[in-house]
Amino acid sequence: MIAPNDRAPGTRTIFLRILRQDSPEALPRWERFQVEVETGMNLISCLQRVAANPVTVEGDDSTPVVFDCGCLEEVCGSCTMVINGKVRQSCTALVDEYAPREGDEIVLEPMSKFPVVRDLMVDRERLFHNLKRVKAWVPIDGTYDLGAGPIDTPDHQQMRYTMATCMSCGCCLEACPQFNKEEAPAEWDDAFLGPHAINQALLFNEHPTGQILQDDRMEEILGVGGVNDCGNAQNCVKACPKEIPLTESIARIGRAATFHGLKRFFSGK
Amino acid sequence: MSGPRVIVVGGGLAGLAATTRIVESGLQVDLFSLVPVKRSHSVCAQGGINACNNVARQQGYSEDQHCDETLYGGDFLAHQAPVRTMTHWAPKIIDLLDRMGVPFNRTAEGRRDLRLFGGSLFKRTHFSGASTGQQLLYALDEQVRRHESEGNVSKYEYWEFLRPIVDANGRCRGIVAQDLRTMTIRSFAADAVVMATGGPGLVFGKSTNSVMCTGAAAARCFTSGAPYANGEFIQVHPTAIPGADKLRLMSESARGEGGRVWVPRSAGDARDPRDIPQEERWYFLEEKYPAYGNLVPRDIASREIFSVCVDEGMGVRGENQVYLDLTHKPRDYLETKLGAILEIYRKFVGEDPCELPMRIFPGVHYSMGGLWTEYTATSDGQLMEYGASNSMMTGIPGLFAFGEANYQYHGATRLGANALLSCIFDGLFCGHGVANHAREHADSATDDTLFASAVQEETDLQSRLTGSPGKENPYAIAKAMGDEMTAAATVVKTESKMIEALESIRSLQERAANIGLSDTGLWTNQNLSFARAVPDMLALAEVMLLGGIERKESRGSHYRTDYPDRVDDPFLASTVAKWNGGQPSIEFEPVQLGIVEPRARTYGKKQTA
Repeated sequence: MIAPNDRAPGTRTIFLRILRQDSPEALPRWERFQVEVETGMNLISCLQRVAANPVTVEGDDSTPVVFDCGCLEEVCGSCTMVINGKVRQSCTALVDEYAPREGDEIVLEPMSKFPVVRDLMVDRERLFHNLKRVKAWVPIDGTYDLGAGPIDTPDHQQMRYTMATCMSCGCCLEACPQFNKEEAPAEWDDAFLGPHAINQALLFNEHPTGQILQDDRMEEILGVGGVNDCGNAQNCVKACPKEIPLTESIARIGRAATFHGLKRFFSGK
Repeated sequence: MSGPRVIVVGGGLAGLAATTRIVESGLQVDLFSLVPVKRSHSVCAQGGINACNNVARQQGYSEDQHCDETLYGGDFLAHQAPVRTMTHWAPKIIDLLDRMGVPFNRTAEGRRDLRLFGGSLFKRTHFSGASTGQQLLYALDEQVRRHESEGNVSKYEYWEFLRPIVDANGRCRGIVAQDLRTMTIRSFAADAVVMATGGPGLVFGKSTNSVMCTGAAAARCFTSGAPYANGEFIQVHPTAIPGADKLRLMSESARGEGGRVWVPRSAGDARDPRDIPQEERWYFLEEKYPAYGNLVPRDIASREIFSVCVDEGMGVRGENQVYLDLTHKPRDYLETKLGAILEIYRKFVGEDPCELPMRIFPGVHYSMGGLWTEYTATSDGQLMEYGASNSMMTGIPGLFAFGEANYQYHGATRLGANALLSCIFDGLFCGHGVANHAREHADSATDDTLFASAVQEETDLQSRLTGSPGKENPYAIAKAMGDEMTAAATVVKTESKMIEALESIRSLQERAANIGLSDTGLWTNQNLSFARAVPDMLALAEVMLLGGIERKESRGSHYRTDYPDRVDDPFLASTVAKWNGGQPSIEFEPVQLGIVEPRARTYGKKQTA
């Protein structure tokens, strides 16, 4: 609805240095693009401008840079990438912060913990697979009219809401030193769940009906690739764009896991 | 393959609700989505979901009142039985979402909290912070993941729908789709196909929609023979944050929680808004609409803001922007109720809405129009028949449209917090009808040549694009389309501007035939996928303009200065567009009434001299 301001104050030329890769098998290479930007623009707009005119600084014809994006308001989790060495969503990365002056450069790389599909786009299927491992759902009887859900206190709702704002973006996993790239889906079940899925396990253990699957979740949490793989580096909580208290979730589920283990030992199951 | 199979295209609220319901009825579902379903555009919905509730009921509200508000809000253009059925299902849907674990905000006693929303004087909007759409989507995503892990759902994420496969009898028998990573094109058979593919915001260039909301999937059904209805009804949300890449929504809940819209009384007043005393502020919505104030429906608020800025030149600092002010509310209150949207404003504008009024302007948000669909009414005409096998079926038998992709429920303007409801309602209520349809029409005999030729046509189209020597840039064409459509077919329309825009769109269609790609490879080619969608978007743009030209009246979001009044005879009717092999035509179809008698839609506006 806004008339475009073609030559607004703050217009300047910046550079994007992008780690590109044509396919999963191809070798990565660097390409550099020049983009004219205005105040208030984000990195996605820069990449869109490159897509409309993909010519490198050397003047070579190139191709639009492949990357994931969706909502552009940091609620879908798609556009996660590594910007100047730090993982985050590119939609909220503003050029005024990253390249305030004429000629500044921004470096873009794909996340390193997931297989590259092409350029900045990675395959994060493992992240959704891990939600299956911890049964991150409430086992309802069906979608029929069976009355209201359980009552909840405002404080408890707020706690669950905060955990539930996790958009499965992968920032915490990129930042976690214990979460390693695992290309083969067959290996996923034995590899570290990571803070993302552990937080979701707690979220559903916190729901009165979700609790029904608590024992199944705790078996996964106690098993191979479970909470014991956490090295307590605490990088996850700093990387989370939604400020979810991930380390707190890990600590709480760790305590519950100890209890679950004791229960299992004494019941002989 | 055992038993009937259903394809659902789109993994937003409508698609996931449909998938859940169809699987529960014992069928297998193949679920296709451009993105991992958890990243669908439904995440962007902020404010809430409407339903009659016990508190409002005891204050005099009812499901029928919700129905009345929805019809009045939509300026009586919606078929009435589906609306009434939806509003009567709404309380059950809230209960279900609650059982799925949606963290709805709570009252002190622990019950579901409610907020005020546009078009109602009762609190009937349930919410989960200010990211209700995200929370509802996640709840349904989790249920579908559960069904997936039990082997009843096969997900095809990063797959693009290319066309429905329609047999010689005109029945939909499956789809052609493409893996957007390997670029493999193949066919999939089904006994029923549900399009839950959302809206066409990108036709307007910048909108509040996500990047995949091109409308191309609906357009591909349209050009395959499914009529498209009420295309001219595009909702422009009054409060969006302007940006270079998109217009970010600032939820109506900001006004529902007390936000006030104003501009300085003297044009161009450059003072810090905090230094402008109350008596020098013009709260124009409150002044003009004493009963509803800042919570008039969206089309009215958008027009008033547009008029204040564009016609009267009263925008803040002379620009196209007005203040949306929450600074009179306590910070704690705002953070609990609206935290997520305040954070969006802080991140993108760099100012704190708890301290400074936000600067906003209208932005294209939602399409009331969509694929034409049918339904079966009960014998008294008051409700939709549950389980009817044509529930929200398009003009192509076997092909259904749910959610924003169809033209039902919202008439000429959608009320805030009714979209989440209509999407989930379509999935749950009409999903049952789809399952019945698939059972009734299950047919194991597949015509291999039909499927092979559909795949071949799409492969040929792709080869034409990758091999094209054309010089036209798909992004430049899309931008020109967005600029034309935003100027001619949003807040204020006139015959001459729409005719000019139509000519421009037709010349863009010619240019689109000469698109050349900068990326001609066949591995994860986003350039190809976007370029292929450009003619589809142009087809919808044409329909939106044709409908707007033929509809010589003003109704809801469709406001024409050359025909400023609503004219029920003959326009109390839907426009129904048919493709006709590239020569689209418009017909009018009467609205099914019988529940609420149409009345003037004024929202108690004070008459001014």
